[in-house]
Amino acid sequence: MSAAVEAPDMPGTPSDGVEKRQVTQVGWKAAGGLIVIAALFALLLVAAPRDGATKFALSRGSDALQIPLLEIPAMPLAWSCLVLMALIAAISVARTLANRTTSIWAIAAFGALFLVGFLAWAGAGSSGTLSIVSLLSGSLLGAVPLIYGSLSGVIGERSGVINIAIEGQMLAAAFTAAIAGSVTGSPFAGLFAAVLAGMLVALVLALFTVTHRVNQIIVGVVLNVLVLGLTSFFYTQVLVPNAATLNTAPRFGSWTIPLLSDIPVIGPVLFDQAPLIYLMYLVVAGVSFALYRTRWGLRLRAVGEHPKAADTVGVNVERTRYLALLIGGACAGLGGAFYTTVAIDKFGLNMTAGAGFIALAAMIFGKWDPVRAALAGLLFGFASNLQNVLSVVGSPVPSQFMLMVPYVVTLFAVAGLVGRSRPPAANGQPYVKG
Amino acid sequence: MSHQSQEPTPEPGPEKEPGLSEELEQEVARESGAPAGLDAGEDTADRLAHALQQTMSHPWTVAAGAILLAVLVGSVMIAFTDERVTSAAGYFFARPGDLFTALGDSIGGAYSALFRGAVFNPRADGFAAQIRPLTETFNYATPLIAAGLGVALAFRAGLLNIGGQGQMLIAASAAGWVGFGVTGLPFGVHTLLAVAAGIAGGAVWAGIAGLLKARTGAHEVIVTIMLNWIAFYLVAYLLATPGLLQAPGSSNPKAPPTPASAQLPGLLGERYNLHWGFVLALAAVVFVWWLLNRSSQGFAFRAVGENPRAARVAGIDVPWTTVKVMLVAGGLVGIAGASQVLGQVTTGFGGDIDAGIGFDAITVALLGGSNPWGVLAAGILFGAFKAGGTAMQASEGVPNDIVLVVQSLIVLFIAAPPLVRAIFRLPDPDRRRTPREARKARKEAA
Repeated sequence: MSAAVEAPDMPGTPSDGVEKRQVTQVGWKAAGGLIVIAALFALLLVAAPRDGATKFALSRGSDALQIPLLEIPAMPLAWSCLVLMALIAAISVARTLANRTTSIWAIAAFGALFLVGFLAWAGAGSSGTLSIVSLLSGSLLGAVPLIYGSLSGVIGERSGVINIAIEGQMLAAAFTAAIAGSVTGSPFAGLFAAVLAGMLVALVLALFTVTHRVNQIIVGVVLNVLVLGLTSFFYTQVLVPNAATLNTAPRFGSWTIPLLSDIPVIGPVLFDQAPLIYLMYLVVAGVSFALYRTRWGLRLRAVGEHPKAADTVGVNVERTRYLALLIGGACAGLGGAFYTTVAIDKFGLNMTAGAGFIALAAMIFGKWDPVRAALAGLLFGFASNLQNVLSVVGSPVPSQFMLMVPYVVTLFAVAGLVGRSRPPAANGQPYVKG
Repeated sequence: MSHQSQEPTPEPGPEKEPGLSEELEQEVARESGAPAGLDAGEDTADRLAHALQQTMSHPWTVAAGAILLAVLVGSVMIAFTDERVTSAAGYFFARPGDLFTALGDSIGGAYSALFRGAVFNPRADGFAAQIRPLTETFNYATPLIAAGLGVALAFRAGLLNIGGQGQMLIAASAAGWVGFGVTGLPFGVHTLLAVAAGIAGGAVWAGIAGLLKARTGAHEVIVTIMLNWIAFYLVAYLLATPGLLQAPGSSNPKAPPTPASAQLPGLLGERYNLHWGFVLALAAVVFVWWLLNRSSQGFAFRAVGENPRAARVAGIDVPWTTVKVMLVAGGLVGIAGASQVLGQVTTGFGGDIDAGIGFDAITVALLGGSNPWGVLAAGILFGAFKAGGTAMQASEGVPNDIVLVVQSLIVLFIAAPPLVRAIFRLPDPDRRRTPREARKARKEAA
């Protein structure tokens, strides 16, 4: 959650050897935000103190390296977290006064302290334990469709085509993955079919937006409704009567990576997962590399920023956009496959339930950058999973507010309160040659 | 949004004018320059062909073509998933007639059920019962028209209001809360107050989006989508919390029933479900038409939609106009939310009170060409689909979701007129124009 006003760090901007003139005043957003959060947390602790201790579990029963259960008195822990948070906020204020930006690491530490303090407060006096491993691995799993979906958005929008149809791409992919997996008995076939389905929806999107130059947002919205209608129709008419043959998909088991999975806490979270999750690490890195370090990526970004200039130097704008949307569709397809090859073994009505829109939010919050979008996806996955974990320990926070977090954060992000999200310049504009 | 393609809103107005003037010009040319001895029959034929050309290239023809195509796709889907058809197809070469009978039964059955559910049911006793489906259609059309107007109005001002769902949820909650939370008001006053609360709720929720757009330049599409989900969870919280919107003594996330004093009364008596919400929707149509075409405020809205820079130069406060447009649009969607709670679902509403109408409204506005009368027609058409779809599901076992498919296909086809023209081999209106007129039309479009 970088709240600092940053120097423009657009990739490709010459930063070395060119004299930089500091023209921006360091804003008060970062320092102000930290103060507000710390003050709100203090208010929470004062207004609603909770007795007892919080039990943190750092390892699972099956782990090789066992870490004993940590039972910490809740209020002292929460208050010490608050003191440290206040300290960071004070440093941030001092730095802002000296016209220096607040380090991203300070903000990250602030966030982590807030989290520990909040968990301590929420879990106080409960008989249940807060399993850190299941909290984190649940967040990662919840983030998988969000991250794949946000990559679909990033690739498409970097080429200048707004992709509201991520939800539809993922739903179509989940549907076909369930059928293909059930028919062939192999989750890999399901994965393959899901990629094709994602690309098919992307192809329709491209046909209407790039070739026919229809308003991209309208096509996206309509495609979502169309896919919802199609999948619901065929689910009721075909899948329900033939559930045993068409809607009983095999799932990926988890592939445990030796050694790496034995690392305490992060080992089981990161390296004891289904192959689709390992593929995700590669895809995020690959998309980031391709966008910023290859000729294709440079051309794609040029098309998204200034299609006319790209066209003038010989880049085929329409073909670039088609390709970008198709690759994005494949990514969203992988995200949709998560639902029916990893999470659960059958398709359900409208099973993506708005994940495509959170993916869209992650893309915006991640400033149209694959790695940041993935991190935003993780944050949103964490926010929704936190609610599951908190309901286990019986937290007083209504679950609906936890589920609302990604959307509120995005609202603040687009409004420029948290960082500044700027879309590619030619985003949403059909290109007319000539 | 001003720089976006205006293609998705096929407005009959501007397209018609060049066509008319073209006809007039040809008329003049014919009368003044035509040789005296021209064959009268050939002249008539030419004029007929020309009139046909005019009709064929009119946007309404494209709309009709789009509806036809979408219904065709729907028929294929119904046929392919019908057991009678698939089993008859299994022995197609032995008795091909069976397949066609099955196809006819399946598709004919489905669409006749749709008709019986939406317009006229000849199987019922007496005319009053036979015509009941039509009133159901109007009933379903009521929120579609009101919300469709909200989307269409924003469209005309260059804003895409995707936030119908959230606006309806907040409006429904506000109207519902006034309905059962305020007591002791006489009938009429209570209803009006509840409707006003709904309008205000929708306006506030859309106004947030307008304000964010005006103050920070945040794209209204993203903001409205996020507000939809925030409203969804907010209303879910309100409905699940005792003392807020939850019905006392209940543990379900459901509101108490709307008291009779706050309900929108029936329009045609006890026999029909149609309520005064429909009249409200019709009044909203007239109001939007007046606002857009007869008021200076509407002129400002349209000016901002056409070209915000020019509007600013002309002295229009563009950001403030954006906020005002969203307030009015949200208020219109609010009518839809209020009519749901006060007329349609009076037994206590849940978190699904919006019934997908927020998104249907986008398709209604598109099909209606963002013009109030068009929205009225499109709303009634989609209302008929909804009413008929329910009947189709009940009597033929065809899932209601087919309506979603047909509806979204209609909008997709309408949004891309070249596609429909290519499929039906309709003439392109631009092609008939003289180069000068085509240039003028292109300039207008830009």
